[in-house]
Amino acid sequence: MIDLQKAFELVVNIGLPHCLLLSAVLFSIGLFGLLTRRSIIAVLMCVELMLNAVNINLVAFNRFGSMPDHAGQLMAIFGIVVAAAEVAIGMALAIKLYRERNTINVDELDELKG
Amino acid sequence: MVNYLAVTTEVLLTAVLLSVIVYDIVVKDKRYRKMLPALAGVGISLSAIVTIGVFNDAGTQSFPGSLFVLDNFAVYFKNLFCFAVTLTLCFSSDYIMEQTSHPGEFIGLCVSALLGMCIMASANDFITAFIGLELMTVSFYVLAALAKDKGRAGEASVKYLLVGAASTAIMLYGISLVYGAGGSMIFSEMKNNVHLFYGVGVAGVSMVIIGFFFKLSVVPFHMWAPDVYQGAPLPVTCLLAMGSKAAAIAMFMRVLYTAFPILANYWLPMLAFFSAVCMVAGNIMALRQTDVKRMLAYSSIAQAGYMMAGIVAADAAGMKAVMFYIQLYMIANIGAFAVLAAVEPKWGGTTHAHIAGLAQSAPLLAAVMTVSLLSMAGIPPTAGFAGKIYLFSAVVDKGYLWLAFVGFVMSMISVYYYLMVTKAMYRDLTDFEAETAAQPLEYSPVVKLVALCALVGTILLGVWPEPIAQLAGRAASAFMM
Repeated sequence: MIDLQKAFELVVNIGLPHCLLLSAVLFSIGLFGLLTRRSIIAVLMCVELMLNAVNINLVAFNRFGSMPDHAGQLMAIFGIVVAAAEVAIGMALAIKLYRERNTINVDELDELKG
Repeated sequence: MVNYLAVTTEVLLTAVLLSVIVYDIVVKDKRYRKMLPALAGVGISLSAIVTIGVFNDAGTQSFPGSLFVLDNFAVYFKNLFCFAVTLTLCFSSDYIMEQTSHPGEFIGLCVSALLGMCIMASANDFITAFIGLELMTVSFYVLAALAKDKGRAGEASVKYLLVGAASTAIMLYGISLVYGAGGSMIFSEMKNNVHLFYGVGVAGVSMVIIGFFFKLSVVPFHMWAPDVYQGAPLPVTCLLAMGSKAAAIAMFMRVLYTAFPILANYWLPMLAFFSAVCMVAGNIMALRQTDVKRMLAYSSIAQAGYMMAGIVAADAAGMKAVMFYIQLYMIANIGAFAVLAAVEPKWGGTTHAHIAGLAQSAPLLAAVMTVSLLSMAGIPPTAGFAGKIYLFSAVVDKGYLWLAFVGFVMSMISVYYYLMVTKAMYRDLTDFEAETAAQPLEYSPVVKLVALCALVGTILLGVWPEPIAQLAGRAASAFMM
């Protein structure tokens, strides 16, 4: 017999495992997209997914772990800022690339090889 | 109270960065604009000198909570970075003015990358280290794109950005797991935390190390390096090969030795394995390269392998060897790239065919190139030989005989592709080639000066390594007894 009461509590009482699971799933989706997507914009979005997974992790550890300070939340804020900077530059480079080559497909970046 | 002495270098470099930006906006006269690289170089050297002065007067400084420390180790690396960036700006000042699309921004970004490297050398917690790392890499993303030549630089920077962003995400995920297991962001506080042995901790440490492998371009995380090195403007390639690598090594050593020593039995074999893979693969892939820039990329992958071998030794002798090796690798790199910076704009490329006849057109440059490459290969009496002796003796002392053996054999193999470049420069020319290459190559006196410095430095460190080796030894004593 499944203990309905226990199952209910497991779903409703959200704790550290739930957050870690969510972030692991998000990170994996991001990594999968990073490896399969061909457009620069989509790849950057996948990187954003991965970075957001990190933020969830940091905040969850800070909230549920026995941390003495708020370093995790602080790191999450820094992570958001850095991610924004990275994506801004990514977009700029995508525009530059589109102007020069008329494509933003990563597979067509094959001039440098050997 | 906040101790501002600990951030002397960073404050001064920020001032240099802002002055460069203002100078670029305000000064319109072409004659004065040309002085910008030299002025930035002077500013950077001054910051380095002031740092030494402050450190000699006041000793080790740190922020409360030891988030940021200025110890022997940090000072050694900061001076190394300042030295490298100054010389790079000097020898490539003409290159920057003529071959890059935005010279002012280019120099400003070089300084901000340098600022990031200095923060990495001092950072004593993951937040600060991460900010430094990102400041450096984000500057490099843009620097790689700032070439006039359409296409290749853009491609290089996009590749760098995508791989770099992914590696950042992986490393950050690792940091978050380490934070969860270790309970702190500060390196020294998680030092003896047994919770790192939990699955979460081990996974986190592995991901952090993989993040570093990306930045150090260790095989199999090296795919980006050759393309980026080849496509980026020459000074950027030079800075990527030595500055970015040295900064990553500095941060890597501090993280490994002060934050994760408890897991040493886990990461030491892993590092030894990847170090061997890196030496073998880097050297073998370099064998078939005909573009000197691309060859230097693979050679830098192999050099990362040698340096990691020193990290595997994990004692004061190993650290000293790594730091000495970085120093001589920087000098050799500066020599090689100073030559390429003089050749590339005039002769249109850096392949073996392009540099043919350099020995007739510019004997000095050909000689500097040869000596620098031999130093990278580790042939006596150049500095590379002394560096490899330090490295491999430290490794052997710790019982990793096989690793030293791999390194030894691979350095022998590396002589082949280094000497191919020499052969291309010194071989007899066909009549057709002789017409184009016969006239002497014109290059500025600054390039000559930097090339001579690199030549003298390489030989001097080879025959008399003691002073620098002692400095490196003192730096190693910062957190290794």
